[in-house]
Amino acid sequence: MAKVLRRERLVPNIHLLEVHAPEVARKCRAGQFVIVMADERGERIPLTIADWDAKRGSVTSVFLLVGTSTQKLSLLQPGDELPVYVGPLGRPSDIQNFGTVVCAGGCFGIGAIYPIARALKQAGNRVITLIDVKASYLFYWEDKLRKISDRLFVSARDSRYDSKDYIPFKLESLIQEEKKVDRVVAIGCTYLMYRCAEATRPAGVKTMVSLNPIMVDGTGMCGACRVTADGKTKFACVDGPDFDGHTIDWPELFSRRKSYFDDEVKSLCVFERERFG
Amino acid sequence: MTEKPEISVELKERLRAEYEKDWRKELRKSLPIKERMKIPRQKMPEREPEERNRDFGEVNKGLDTEAAVQEARRCWDCANPGCVSGCPVSIDIPSFIKLIEKGDLVASVRKIKETNSLPAICGRVCPQETQCEMVCNLKKATGVSVAIGNLERFISDFERHQGQVFIPEIAPSTGSKVAIIGAGPAGLTAAGELAKKGHRVTIFEALHIAGGVLVYGIPEFRLPKAILKAEVDYLRKLGVELRMSFVVGKTATIDDLRKDGYEAFFIGTGAGLPNFMRIPGETLVGVYSANEYLTRVNLMRAYEFPAYDTPVIRGKRAAVIGGGNVAMDSVRTAKRLGAEMAAIIYRRSRQEMPAREEEVKHAEEEGIEFHFLTTPIRYLGDENGRVRAMECLRMELGEPDSSGRRKPVPVPGSEFMTEVDLVVVAIGQSPNPLMAQTTPELRVGKWGNLEVDWKTMATGIPGIFAGGDIVRGGATVILAMGDGRLAAAEIDKYLKKSHG
Repeated sequence: MAKVLRRERLVPNIHLLEVHAPEVARKCRAGQFVIVMADERGERIPLTIADWDAKRGSVTSVFLLVGTSTQKLSLLQPGDELPVYVGPLGRPSDIQNFGTVVCAGGCFGIGAIYPIARALKQAGNRVITLIDVKASYLFYWEDKLRKISDRLFVSARDSRYDSKDYIPFKLESLIQEEKKVDRVVAIGCTYLMYRCAEATRPAGVKTMVSLNPIMVDGTGMCGACRVTADGKTKFACVDGPDFDGHTIDWPELFSRRKSYFDDEVKSLCVFERERFG
Repeated sequence: MTEKPEISVELKERLRAEYEKDWRKELRKSLPIKERMKIPRQKMPEREPEERNRDFGEVNKGLDTEAAVQEARRCWDCANPGCVSGCPVSIDIPSFIKLIEKGDLVASVRKIKETNSLPAICGRVCPQETQCEMVCNLKKATGVSVAIGNLERFISDFERHQGQVFIPEIAPSTGSKVAIIGAGPAGLTAAGELAKKGHRVTIFEALHIAGGVLVYGIPEFRLPKAILKAEVDYLRKLGVELRMSFVVGKTATIDDLRKDGYEAFFIGTGAGLPNFMRIPGETLVGVYSANEYLTRVNLMRAYEFPAYDTPVIRGKRAAVIGGGNVAMDSVRTAKRLGAEMAAIIYRRSRQEMPAREEEVKHAEEEGIEFHFLTTPIRYLGDENGRVRAMECLRMELGEPDSSGRRKPVPVPGSEFMTEVDLVVVAIGQSPNPLMAQTTPELRVGKWGNLEVDWKTMATGIPGIFAGGDIVRGGATVILAMGDGRLAAAEIDKYLKKSHG
């Protein structure tokens, strides 16, 4: 059992969850994730770790409201207990002094990219952070990101920020403009990561993506999260979650993520009827 | 694979002492062997196939007391019993059976629990027909053994139902902390044994329910979760602490635990890495590893979706690849989840199938199809990436391979296509690599298994022992328990030695 310390709506469809998990907080590194179960009847779902505080013994994740599991998480209050909060799982992100690194994030990935960008900055990189949001009111953690970025560039379709263009286009032009981009890290919805990987493919800039397939145990036991990288089957939970985006079989990942689409809708309808009448 | 360890001199003497007791002599005299041989083997009552293949209730109903006593009378109470040598944990089988015949059921339970802390589980999932029952002297004489497994199940169910679980004497506290990694059959057994010896035992388990393969793998209809829960509660009563959702190697390493004061370790992390065939289409939606399929259904209770949140694909035409017990569990699960056609696809013939005879029989009764000498070569998907068909190849048996079984070889030109919307790959598991990856000093064998000294289960690193499927690959629950028991004795010796 892990106690909820904080649960907060960051923007309309994205919440923050801070949990008392001292062992996870002591061990975790940028790029790792936890498996969470919202209640005794819940599903085990992976959440990327967005921040942690070893002294306070707390671990923070940011998640997008999608189905029943995330709905349940979004209703948690401080003091509530989670039956499952296990981690840190997966391999940490590869953090070295690469030179200039572009960190691209969208959606829950705005939170998830934060510890990676921070670690890359601490390792001596010049960090350029690109953020993509559908509308400017969906942007959060601006202050946190500004502090650790040499440049912060935000793209929102309603153009209150730097641009209206989808961020992979910006990534493409940035690679031209900067002359030397040594590495790209992208986290967010599968489509964003796919498009970022495609954007950097022509220039051959290594692009790491943090994959988010469906998982169950998160320790390599079930194989639900298998993805094809370089033609080989990999388990995202133990071999990843970070992979070279240029090696991934994206159409397969898209279809596997939709495995339970109808069931998810059904489950959500049942949950909402029970919860809200 | 059957292991028949030689009976030790010490065990022989212990069996003999029980055998010579007056009440045993009297009981033997009370009914001549000729009369005993007239009693037929008591049938295990089962639920009707057409009723049980639609739900997850237990298939076997268990013997009643009358039938159990009758079955116990069939046992000759041999001077040189074969059965004990067939049991990986050396249960004093004649004693517990004769105590049933005598009507002293409480004493019978205690007798089993001297050497086996999880009898309700063993009575259900042990392959007795290839162990104790195979070397039963009655079987040698008549071809039909005493139903030792059914009696073990009866006596442990009796204890649970009467509500008073016997707690054995616990040695005075030694103050030594022992970490058990993995709450499967090996770890649970080791934990119980070490707690009885007065050590402070903590089990670290990655999942949220204790039991390992007993909870994620074996379905409710074969091993009800309530039984497992009772066995785990029993360990708690012995003073064992359980830390769930704790992945040793990730949440903390063995070195971290050493700093927290743990002096000895038992690694029982099992064979949790699913094998695939590496054929085209294996990542299509609707193709599962048996581990994932069974974990969704058993651990996460997908059969109660949407009351439980975890879904599972309910195929109308289900194919399960493999011929072991895991394959039987998967195919019978698919049937229960509404498959109109649920089939086993096995590359050898029925004779070579490693599944227990009872499971095969139950599967057949429930309407499972068996396609022998057949292997899939690729899966085909629809426009949404969901499996819709599989292409198979016929096989024939060639020369025996290293396992002694005749090797299946493809029949050229025998490819054929069949429609399926659910595939479960149940061709075995490999040892879980997590411990070896995060504890680099451990010696790893060529199958990814941890290497140990079989006499002591020691890994070679002081204080670290291992057992069960993490050293054996995919073996049985009872062999894992045997390892846990042996390792516990060795850990006890190690701790005594290191404390002078």
